[in-house]
Amino acid sequence: MYDGGSVAVDHASMRIGRGEFVFLVGPTGCGKSTCIRLLLKEIEPSEGEISIAGRALNDVPRSRVPYLRRNIGVVFQDYKLLPNRTVYDNVAYSLQVIGESRQETRRKVPDILRLVGLSTKLHNFPDELSGGEQQRVSIARAFVNHPPLLLADEPTGNLDPETSIGIMQLIYRINRTGTTVVVATHDKEMVDKMRRRVIELREGRIVRDEQSGLYRPDESTTEFAIRLRGEMGVGPEGHPN
Amino acid sequence: MTFGFFLKEALRGLRRSSAPALAALLTVLLTALVLGVFIPIVQATTGTANEVRSRVAVDVYVKDSATQLEQAQLRRAIEKTSNVKSVEFISKGEALARAQQKNPKAFKEGAELLGSNPLPASFRVAPEDPDNLHLIVERLAPNGEPSLAAIDEVRDREEDTNKILSATGLVKALTAGLAVLLVIASVALIANTIRLSIYARRREVEVMKLVGATNWFIRWPFVIEGVIVGFFGGLLAVLLLTVAKETFIDPLSERFALLAAPETIDFPLLIVVLMLACIAVSAVGSGITLRRFLRV
Repeated sequence: MYDGGSVAVDHASMRIGRGEFVFLVGPTGCGKSTCIRLLLKEIEPSEGEISIAGRALNDVPRSRVPYLRRNIGVVFQDYKLLPNRTVYDNVAYSLQVIGESRQETRRKVPDILRLVGLSTKLHNFPDELSGGEQQRVSIARAFVNHPPLLLADEPTGNLDPETSIGIMQLIYRINRTGTTVVVATHDKEMVDKMRRRVIELREGRIVRDEQSGLYRPDESTTEFAIRLRGEMGVGPEGHPN
Repeated sequence: MTFGFFLKEALRGLRRSSAPALAALLTVLLTALVLGVFIPIVQATTGTANEVRSRVAVDVYVKDSATQLEQAQLRRAIEKTSNVKSVEFISKGEALARAQQKNPKAFKEGAELLGSNPLPASFRVAPEDPDNLHLIVERLAPNGEPSLAAIDEVRDREEDTNKILSATGLVKALTAGLAVLLVIASVALIANTIRLSIYARRREVEVMKLVGATNWFIRWPFVIEGVIVGFFGGLLAVLLLTVAKETFIDPLSERFALLAAPETIDFPLLIVVLMLACIAVSAVGSGITLRRFLRV
């Protein structure tokens, strides 16, 4: 699906099938977000080719980019909701963008908000909601016109573990409807518990790609302890260097 | 649905960011006010300057000995000369009458003393273009030699003419320069205010693009906002100008020729021009400024 060449992402090739659920993991700056932005054609690869559903993104002219994006739902770490619109209007906006009729909008928006569990907060503004609720709104917005592909860039990055589970459940449910889901995350716990396909990036290269993987390949407590001390600059005997 | 939707979006935008919108409206109002005061002043000044320039003329004095036929020939010859706008014949009697009017005492005594009219008949030639007055003189009397027998002398009252031309030329150039500066300043000021108000909402534009909105889908509400701001800014300016005109200018205009100068723009036309300019500048300004933030 993806093969790019730049400083952020370097010679990374991957293929993600229809309906798959994929975690992109790796430390900060490894190129996870770059992958997402490349898929949205927010940035262009300096080399290599990306295609979605058989269509090469390089061949999509600038004027067609909005139409490409209508087929991709996106969820961000910082929610990116429109601050001066109510929950209802935020979700409705992505329907208005594609020219959906008012009746359809009136029907679909409450439906999707019920699905994400926000049917009581229709007329609240984003700053009146908790982080988890805002992320639910952003998922509702991403999924309201049922795109075949859902991208999530650190969807649980700002949330506590309990809320994160709720958000992941939601994304998982969306995946179950046949939507391909790509989640960039460094939420180790989540990745380990869900046991889906994991693609690990490091300095822009793919270092691991396994089905039902863990955030990090198995590592005993002793190994972890050694790594921890090493990384903290502490000698093996426990004395400061 | 679409236009209604854009209008609603525009109104929402105005309501939700009313402070920058108000700033833009005030800017439009102030610049429209300044322009509204300045345009008539420029016009009155150039009008007066042109009026003064139209007094520039060439006098062709006719020999007393010239016959009717020769006079008629001369008239035709002058009319055929290039750059001549109109020719006025002043007979000996008229010349005397005018001179008497200017200085009644001297001429009353003089005419009595001389017993006959000493003034020659003349043609007063008004030029098409005052700056090329010398062409007429050169044509009718090359190197001071009259080209026709009936001409006694050709005079362009050189000193007066030159003074008038240089003074009015300077006035016109100055006002034109000021007008250009003022228009540039107005457009820049309005553009800057609009830019600030859009800059405050650039995140919003970015999100809209990520959701898959086309550029024009995002742009229309901003353009409509611009139209609304421009309309109300212009309207307020026009109202203030009307009040000012009714209370200050109209009572004074009877006394000051400058204010009542015939070539000043009609007030209704001025209003229309100002309104259109306000709306156009602020709508186009919004649309263009937005372009920078649409590149996501």
